[in-house]
Amino acid sequence: MAKPTTSLRTYALTRLALVLPMLWILLTLVFFMMRVAPGDPVTAALGGRLPEKELQDRRHAAGYDKPLIVQYVDYLGDVARLNFGTTITDDRPVTDVIIENGSATLELTFWAMVVALSVGIGLGLVAGRLRDSGADVSIRMFGIVVYAMPAFFLGFLAQLLFGERLGWLPTSGRASPEVQFLLPTHTHLYLIDAIIYGDWATFKDVVLHLILPATTLGLIIAGVLIRLVRVNVLQTMKGDYIEAARARGIDEKSVVYRHAFKNALVPVVTVLGLQVALLMSGAVLTETTFNWPGIGFELVRYLNNRDYIAVQGIITFFALIVIFISVLIDFVNAWIDPRVRY
Amino acid sequence: MSATAPVLDVRDLRVWYGSARGAVRAVDGVSLQIRAGEVLGLVGESGCGKSTLGRGVMGLLPDGSAVDGQVLFQDTDLLKVSDRQLRRMRGPDIALIFQEPMTRLNPLMRIEDHFSETITAHEPKLSKAEVRRRSLEALGGMGIPPTRFRNYPHEFSGGMRQRIMIALALVLRPRLVIADEPTTALDVLVEAQILSILADLKRNFDTALLLITHNLGIVAEACDRVAVMYAGRIAEEGDARTVFSQPAHPYTRELLRSVISLNTTGLHYIPGAPPSLIDPPAACKFHPRCPDAMRVCALLAPVEQRLSAGQRVECWLHGPGDRIPEGGREPLEQEQIAVAEEA
Amino acid sequence: MASQLIARAGRAFGPVREARGVPRWIVWAGIVLTMLFVVMALTAPWISPYAFDQYQDASGQRFVKQQAPSSAHWFGTNVQSTDVMSRVIWGARTELKVVLFAVVVSLLVGLPLGLLSGYFGGPVDRVLVLIMDALFAFPYLLLAIVIAFLLSDKFGSGVATAAFAISAVYIPQYFRVVRNHVVSLREESYVEAARALGARPRTVIGRYVFQNVVQSVPVIATLNAADAILTLAALGFLGYGIQPTDAAEWGYDSSRALSDAGAGIWWTGLFPGMAIVLLVTGLTLLGEGLNDVLNPVLRRRKMEPVTLPPRAPQEDQG
Repeated sequence: MAKPTTSLRTYALTRLALVLPMLWILLTLVFFMMRVAPGDPVTAALGGRLPEKELQDRRHAAGYDKPLIVQYVDYLGDVARLNFGTTITDDRPVTDVIIENGSATLELTFWAMVVALSVGIGLGLVAGRLRDSGADVSIRMFGIVVYAMPAFFLGFLAQLLFGERLGWLPTSGRASPEVQFLLPTHTHLYLIDAIIYGDWATFKDVVLHLILPATTLGLIIAGVLIRLVRVNVLQTMKGDYIEAARARGIDEKSVVYRHAFKNALVPVVTVLGLQVALLMSGAVLTETTFNWPGIGFELVRYLNNRDYIAVQGIITFFALIVIFISVLIDFVNAWIDPRVRY
Repeated sequence: MSATAPVLDVRDLRVWYGSARGAVRAVDGVSLQIRAGEVLGLVGESGCGKSTLGRGVMGLLPDGSAVDGQVLFQDTDLLKVSDRQLRRMRGPDIALIFQEPMTRLNPLMRIEDHFSETITAHEPKLSKAEVRRRSLEALGGMGIPPTRFRNYPHEFSGGMRQRIMIALALVLRPRLVIADEPTTALDVLVEAQILSILADLKRNFDTALLLITHNLGIVAEACDRVAVMYAGRIAEEGDARTVFSQPAHPYTRELLRSVISLNTTGLHYIPGAPPSLIDPPAACKFHPRCPDAMRVCALLAPVEQRLSAGQRVECWLHGPGDRIPEGGREPLEQEQIAVAEEA
Repeated sequence: MASQLIARAGRAFGPVREARGVPRWIVWAGIVLTMLFVVMALTAPWISPYAFDQYQDASGQRFVKQQAPSSAHWFGTNVQSTDVMSRVIWGARTELKVVLFAVVVSLLVGLPLGLLSGYFGGPVDRVLVLIMDALFAFPYLLLAIVIAFLLSDKFGSGVATAAFAISAVYIPQYFRVVRNHVVSLREESYVEAARALGARPRTVIGRYVFQNVVQSVPVIATLNAADAILTLAALGFLGYGIQPTDAAEWGYDSSRALSDAGAGIWWTGLFPGMAIVLLVTGLTLLGEGLNDVLNPVLRRRKMEPVTLPPRAPQEDQG
């Protein structure tokens, strides 16, 4: 029954080794999904707009006239070198798209997560502690209703209330056009760039633009977290070690905070990894609603233009992110819970 | 206060708790005493209320329980003190050792943290070094080396975890220790170790120990006195050797006969099953299963009697004769108890 | 066999009747809300004042564009001159049709796969788990968008395309839950006992494993349906769902209404949005309530308060 704890390093190496099969499967799926559509991406995007010779040249340049298996190997090789291709419709390296628009999404999702964690975990802990009380029921209802609201509805309401009627908060874009024009983008994370730039008005403008989208997305995730945390708290409070701690005369407050809450949050960390998938899905909607020029927004645009190469590149990037996040979460989980390390 | 005043004096304690089907009379009028340095074994079948008794003394009862009577710990009635006072007494004055060691330690906390939390909860002014010294001392007494002080619970075996639990219970030197089936979940060899540790307690620190178990062998080996519990009441109580050699209550007698040893040639059992605590039998609770039941046993609750050998017993077989009505001594006609009859 | 299942279902509802306080309230609220929309969907042809794509009245007079709520149009009209209320009512039909289809398909594929994979284990199981886990971790909306997009290229967009896209996204979920449940059941003593007695896999799966797994399906399916509606609305919002001429869809209406908000026109976006929120809330309450009630960990039985009766008069010790 007794076993020594594996060091964190061994765990990390083992975990990374498991990543490769999953990554390979995802990439293969992406590759084949993008080739389900008949014809080739070049024709799909630009057919009818360019002479046939031109199309053929482009097809050759993009490698679409090679046999499928060669394309597959090329694709894998490209991904390994972090080359995500070049878009057909506006001839932009997908890597650029990822950096510029990706950081917009990163900023949005980061702050959304901050909102989600503080609201979700905080309220979830309270609800679990005060089980079946009025507070518990209202918190649960809040969580359920907020999750049931699509991002675009929350956005719609926000625009009605804040944009039109009261005019407190901007409802479109990352910053006002003037600010956007003037702000030098070192990191593409406007908040940080604004701090570097040092101008208070610019900083305020960026923050204001961030509030509505981040809160919208954050609240939706918070809805899920509330339920999760609450259930975990309920289950943890039944634990034998809780009773044992009380029997040693530990005061209730310490029992609740140090034993129950901490232990309840551990399974939540695991699930946080899955929330990232939810977060990214929600980001696509939120970006479209608030005209936030993130990567989800671009994906939709490229899809509408049938720019399959861009789509493939972006989706591949997402696949990598997913894998990365799941490994990270596993790592954090192992760090927190010593039982998990194999 | 005389030198032989009991550490724990339970007087007519009742603990009933709520369930979907009605009130469960887990402890229905129990009185007992334990003196310093004395080990009292509390025996009974599963579901007779002995665990509830242990928890009731500590005040660790579930919501919806009702309690009355008196639980005097060195002159303080534990049932009347505030929650805060009671909490302060848990650890330094009274400690509880649980049955399943596997789940009683917080898996995310090191052993070191368990100890520092417990000690500083009651003595916040102690220096870190002192806390550490006391913890290691307690662990050392249980045979756990200091090198393992920073390990996590899952790195220990069941027996070791139980020893850690005992160390945790003892680190504040309580006057009374309640051990609720401490060895039931452990194998025989480990059981022997734990019992010898508990025996040391009495020798070295004069601790009073309430040892709750369903294992008569443990009682015989480790206890000074024994109380036999049935359906929420004490059937018989007295010096361990006396009770075992001259059991006064039919239940005790039957229990002893059911014990299996190398001399056993045929299995002996008490027909029927332990009674429901929600709807217990009238009068003497053992009468439906008692081979010596008399008519009066089904009519009137037996009165506690003190025997010449020093035991207390609740059984009409021992009188008082003047309370038994006319014809009460006639044997009771028992209904045939179906083998599968469940409480 | 059918009567056995019905009897079993009846027994499963014992806990619903026994539960007290909050959980029961939640289940009923969920049932009422959900039924409201189910009824709306079923009776749409009769209760809807206009057709979902109708932009003129019987006499050929075109409806006023973006008219505020009035007696003729209780919820007003939208930018395409169609009646908002009718589109909400007909939308209920669309949502439920698609979601029902999607849940059934996901179940039909995910449940057996999970059962077999979990029970038999081996390399097939491991591969399937890897694939399903990979899909599961991927942002579901992106997956749905891509699949819907690709399918619509081949089959045109419509109810079927949207439904297939959504089912594909949820299959990994069913697979995972069922498989994990089966794997834990496999170790249960009664399953082991059955196998030790020589029961064939078919019997073991059919009698022990399946019945057990099926119990958790209603909760998952209900919560899944709630999610599916959100996904469908999202697809509609982004333009990959159902065309407005095919059927009314709340998400699509919401996308058109977004620009209205700037002009202060609230009715075009509020009503479809509220419909989504109410239906999803109803389904979630139903699912959560069921979970609260059926899950033994969370269940709380009603307890009678305990009062100790006065003691029997003490007889003096002889």
